[in-house]
Amino acid sequence: MAHADSHADDHHDAKPSGIGRWLFATNHKDIGTMYLVFALLMFFLGGLMALLIRLELFKPGLQWFDPQFYNSLVTTHALVMIFGAVMPAFVGLANWMIPMQIGAPDMALPRMNNYSFWILPFAFTLLLSSFATAGGGPGGGWTLYPPLSLQAGTSFPLTIFAIHLMGASSIMGAINVIVTIMNMRAPGMTLLRMPLFVWTWLITAYLLIAVMPVLAGAVTMLLTDHFFGTTFFTAAGGGDPVMFQHIFWFFGHPEVYILILPAFGVVSEIIPTFARKPLFGYDAMVYATASIAFLSFIVWAHHMFTVGMPLAGQMFFMLSTMLIAVPTGVKVFNWTTTMWRGSLSFEPPMLFALSFLFLFTIGGFSGLMLAIAPADFQYQDTYFVVAHFHYVLVPGAVFAIMAGVYYWLPKWTGHMYDMALAKWHFWLSTVSVNVLFFPQHFLGLAGMPRRIPDYSTQFTDWNMVSSVGGFAFGFSQLLFVWVIVKCVRGGEHASDRVWGDAQPHGLEWTLPSPAPYHSFETAPEVK
Amino acid sequence: MLNSKVASALGGLLAAVPAFAYESSYNMPVGVTPISREVHGLHMLIFWVCVAIAVVVFSAMIYSIWKFRKSKGAVPDQTLTHSTQVEVVWTVIPVLILISMAIPAAKTLVKMEDTRNSELTVKVVGYQWKWQYDYLGKGVAFYSTLSAASNQARQLNSGVDVNQVKDYLLDVDHPLVVPVDTKVRLLLTGNDVIHSWWVPDFAVKKDAIPGFINEAWFKVEKIGRYTGQCAELCGRDHGFMPIVVEVLSKDDFAKWLAAQQEAAKAAAAPAAATTAMTTPAATPAAAL
Repeated sequence: MAHADSHADDHHDAKPSGIGRWLFATNHKDIGTMYLVFALLMFFLGGLMALLIRLELFKPGLQWFDPQFYNSLVTTHALVMIFGAVMPAFVGLANWMIPMQIGAPDMALPRMNNYSFWILPFAFTLLLSSFATAGGGPGGGWTLYPPLSLQAGTSFPLTIFAIHLMGASSIMGAINVIVTIMNMRAPGMTLLRMPLFVWTWLITAYLLIAVMPVLAGAVTMLLTDHFFGTTFFTAAGGGDPVMFQHIFWFFGHPEVYILILPAFGVVSEIIPTFARKPLFGYDAMVYATASIAFLSFIVWAHHMFTVGMPLAGQMFFMLSTMLIAVPTGVKVFNWTTTMWRGSLSFEPPMLFALSFLFLFTIGGFSGLMLAIAPADFQYQDTYFVVAHFHYVLVPGAVFAIMAGVYYWLPKWTGHMYDMALAKWHFWLSTVSVNVLFFPQHFLGLAGMPRRIPDYSTQFTDWNMVSSVGGFAFGFSQLLFVWVIVKCVRGGEHASDRVWGDAQPHGLEWTLPSPAPYHSFETAPEVK
Repeated sequence: MLNSKVASALGGLLAAVPAFAYESSYNMPVGVTPISREVHGLHMLIFWVCVAIAVVVFSAMIYSIWKFRKSKGAVPDQTLTHSTQVEVVWTVIPVLILISMAIPAAKTLVKMEDTRNSELTVKVVGYQWKWQYDYLGKGVAFYSTLSAASNQARQLNSGVDVNQVKDYLLDVDHPLVVPVDTKVRLLLTGNDVIHSWWVPDFAVKKDAIPGFINEAWFKVEKIGRYTGQCAELCGRDHGFMPIVVEVLSKDDFAKWLAAQQEAAKAAAAPAAATTAMTTPAATPAAAL
């Protein structure tokens, strides 16, 4: 194939060296790497905040932090993990893999790609600098509900501007993904032949473009309420604080799927490879993803059943939310059937994908319980909700990202990594993540509200268990860094197909390992 | 429908052993109102439905992982790639299960929203960080704040062993007092930011929002003391504005109310011209 001698063609677009290679990067792999490294840094920063939270909650009574600082930790932990860790990690995977999976040389809009990445460090510097201002960091929760969020001090404009920047970055990333997929597919790669990771990212990118401006509108209205005398959300001036929640969750619910759909894509790549069998029900998987994306726009108010909606509204949002279980179930059943009568081996990416399969499904079950409005009145704003969304986001989204990294890392670096160490990372993570989050279901059901720095003594035992799990999970992630660093530095040479007799499908495996700087200079033919 | 029969049988099974779940440190309380029992029943129903589905799905996964191991020499069946039939089956079955859960849920929801024929109305106002209870038309209103003992113990590095504090963080100076077997309606609003009034034993959680008046109701069937907390992040001391409801017999409640009215009048007499929170203010509300 034409790409085999692509190294020889590098001379006409030489790799810039030194810091310039990164500052002025336009190459999809370099930008992808920066996204992934940034996401990893933010994962540890957000993780540090989580450990401080678990430290304070280890036993009742306030031992370490003022309640307002605790609230700031809770707020920024969420913003850092959502906008700094999970989303950039998926954009990093998209940057690396989409051109390689569709047979393109690079992303369609390389300079915008650079811009959308380099906005992020500034956005997070703004957000985190608020901790150094009078009044401390933002403490109103990542959901920024007014009137509470309007009470913040200097952190308020910093947070709003940071969110604006993160949104702009996401929108540009999404535009790039759509333009690339729509225009740069290799001949013969029709839409219904695209790898599932490409499909899920295409749908995710449309979701991003649809809802990020909505968030921008919501936070801009907060800003003018705070500084310019408008009263969009202030009842005393004829405004409506509940309207903010409607607007926020119209963004917020699709956002949840923005965080999970690319994870579905990664898992849909990995399971067929290590089951040595094509993905079962490819078309159904695509339609299920699209259905989930559609439903995500009509379920938002299930986040706010307790605000006092009319009965008809509660009924509608309860029923539409329950419907999501159907396409999600289809996906789980298809993954399971992909393994059925396969030939399974358990390399680290497969282990993480299987862990995803089980634990994401548990998060799905608690999600179904939360959809039942009368029961939701008991679950809402308790640790049951915290347990639910951490199950879908940590062993869900984060495990899928780790699975993806372990799957493609040899293709990126040209080296195999330390499998034994990666398996240690897997087992420690899978066990500790359950010790961390499973007891939080019990805490919520027994009556512990979320976002409190201190609790009554009957909640002590499960909080201790959860904190122990939290520290075990946090420190286990150092192994992940170790495996990656070791692999980047060297290791056994990876073959082009990397996974031996598992024979992964997809154009990325037709490239040499490590993949050449410009992925496909001549478009491959897809038959 | 078979599904709903199985489901309600499972739910019934659990309802039959309420002692198992009551006062639990890992499950929702059954509670002390007709609604809270229904909600608990729904919760257990959907929980067991999820467990049943989990058993089937996880068994299939574990069986595949075990049976189709490459190390055992499993050979992949490359022809098993799609089947419209099974896709339809595993779309339709979940829909039927969901319908069987939606019906009882909708029925309960309708009951929860029916605030008619209440016998006592209390206005609940959330403040940063306390509650105010105003017995509309009765001329009794008061604030309810965290108890002094808890408040002292909860300060950063207070040096107090919180395990020795009675009802740590779940105790207030003036609890809400209501009569047993009486439909009590709450009118909720917030004074500054959004709060949320939650007592798990009543299965009532409703936001108290500035500029809005929300309604909720409960009818407690058992005399006792029930606790809850603010459930909506409301600032620095969000974790320190508990709710305590004292449920008395109807006679005891009447006595308590009379004593409160007596005290309110005595307190208001010297300052009647300037105080807004006394009987005149409550008169229009009596029409509610």
